[in-house]
Amino acid sequence: MSTIDRRGFIRSAGGLALALGAGVGVGACATPVGRAAPGRVVVIGGGFGGATAAKYLKKWEPRLEVTLVERNQNFVSCPISNLVLAGVKRIEDITLAYDGLARYGVRLVRDEAVAIDVDKREVRLAKGDPLPWDRLVVAPGIDFLYEQIPGLNNADARQQVLHAWKAGAQTVALRKRLEELPDGGVFAISIPKAPYRCPPGPYERASVVAHYFKQHKPRSKVLILDGNPEITSKKALFLQAWEERYKGIIEYRPDSVLQDFDVRANVGKFEFESVRAELFNVIPPQRSGLIASPFANVGGRWAGVDFRSFESTAVPGVHLIGDAIATAPGMPKSGFMANNHAKVAADAVIASLTGLEPNPTPIIANTCYSFVSDRDVVHVASIHKFDTQENTLLPVKGAGGLSAVANDLEGKYALAWARNIWADALT
Amino acid sequence: MPIATRALAALAAAAALALPFSVQAAPDDRPVRVWAAACAACHGTDGHAQAGMTSLAGRNADELYTLLIEFKRDVRPATVMHQHAKGYTDEELQRLAQWFAAQAKR
Repeated sequence: MSTIDRRGFIRSAGGLALALGAGVGVGACATPVGRAAPGRVVVIGGGFGGATAAKYLKKWEPRLEVTLVERNQNFVSCPISNLVLAGVKRIEDITLAYDGLARYGVRLVRDEAVAIDVDKREVRLAKGDPLPWDRLVVAPGIDFLYEQIPGLNNADARQQVLHAWKAGAQTVALRKRLEELPDGGVFAISIPKAPYRCPPGPYERASVVAHYFKQHKPRSKVLILDGNPEITSKKALFLQAWEERYKGIIEYRPDSVLQDFDVRANVGKFEFESVRAELFNVIPPQRSGLIASPFANVGGRWAGVDFRSFESTAVPGVHLIGDAIATAPGMPKSGFMANNHAKVAADAVIASLTGLEPNPTPIIANTCYSFVSDRDVVHVASIHKFDTQENTLLPVKGAGGLSAVANDLEGKYALAWARNIWADALT
Repeated sequence: MPIATRALAALAAAAALALPFSVQAAPDDRPVRVWAAACAACHGTDGHAQAGMTSLAGRNADELYTLLIEFKRDVRPATVMHQHAKGYTDEELQRLAQWFAAQAKR
C-alpha cells in the first residue's frame, strides 16, 4: 500500500472517529446526566464472559443500570485448574472475589436465574424478585448432556464419576482422588466429541497429571479415551511433549465415544471395548447452559448469534457470549474468547441503548496456553475479523499460530495471562 | 529470516514510521476501543498490565507502532506477538498504537 493511500485512510479514519465523537455528544444530550438511565441491562452468569460484560458495560457507559446474576459465591477459574489437579497450584490460587465489580457500579445479585421471559423481558430468579431488562446478556457457560451416558444420568453416579470441567468443588475432589490413587493405578480421561469447552484442556490435563505421576506414582498411567478421531488442538505439540516426557505413562486412543458407564464396576463402555480404570474422569458431551435454551437454535445445543453484536439470531434484544454460543469458524470455546465476546457485546448493547451505530468491524483475538508439565507451556493463537461477505468472524489467514516447542518462558506468560484476564474481568 | 528480507522489513517498518501521527481522535475512536479491549486479556484493562506482562498505556505511539510493525514483519522475536500482529493491517496497528498512547499512565 502506498503512503498516499495510507494518509487517505488515516484522514478518513479520523473523520470517522470525529463523527462517532459527535454521536456520543448527541447521545449525551438526548439523555442528560441526572435523567433516567438509558437502559437496564441484566447479565446472567459471572464467568469469563459475563463478569467482563458487566464491567465493560458500566466502564464504557456509566449511566446504564447493570445487574449481574451469579449463583456462586466466588469466581473459580477453569484456566489453570488443571494445575490444581496436578498439585502445582491450590484452589485458592484460582478463586477470586466479585467485590471489584462494585467499583464500576455493577449491581451483583447472588441468586440463580431460573427462567427468561422474553415477552415480558424479565429474568426470573430462584429466590429474589424478577429482574426487568431492556437488553439481556446471557453468559451461562455449558451444561452437560448426561442423557447420552445413561449410567451417569443420576445424581449419585455424578458424585462418583467426576467431570471437573467446571472449576470448583469437583476440581478439589478429583485432586483428592488422584492423591489417593495407588501407585500403579490407571487414570482414564473420557473426552467428548467436539465442540466442547476448552479444546486443548483434556490434553493439558493428561499432561500435567502424567507429570504428577512421574514424580509421585511412577507406575501409574494416564489413559486418554478421545471421542474425536484425533487430538483436537495443538496435536503435534502434545504428541511431542508426550513422546519426550511421558513415554509409557500416557496412552492415547482416538474414536472412543463413551456410550455408557457402569458405576459399580468403574467401567466405561465404548463401541468396540469396555475399559476399566481405578479412576475415571468423564468429561461429558456439552451444550449451552440450560438457561439459554430459548436461544439454542443451532442443533438444539448452542445459541446462534450475529457476530457484530453477539445478539441472538432467535430473539432480538438478547445477547449471548462465551461457551454457550455456536462459535464462528476456527473459534474455540475459551475463557479468552468469552472475554472478547463480552466486549463486542457490551459495545453493541451500549450502541443500541444510546442510539449509536453498531461497530461494523469487530476484531477479536485468542491465545490458549496449555501446560505440558508444571512449568512448560505451548500456545495456539488466532485473530478473528468480521467478514462482511461471509457475515461471520473469520480467522485472519497468515496470522495466529502455535508455539515452536513447549517452553518455560511461555509458562511464565501463561500465569501472567491468567492474572491479567482475571483482573480484566473482575477488577 | 534472510538478512536481505530482514533489512527490507526494517526499511518497511521505518517507512511506516515516517507517517504523520497527526490524528488526535484516538481516545474517541470507538471501534478501536473495542479492538484494543481484546489486548486487555494479556496486557490489562486499557493497557494497564498486572505483574509479568508489558503495560501499553501511555507509551509513545511511535514506539508502540514500531514494535507492532517489527513483530508483524518478523524483525523482532516473540513468542506470540508476531502471530497476533499479523492479524491487523498496518493502519489498524497504527490506530491501536495511538489509542494505547492516549491512555493515562498509572
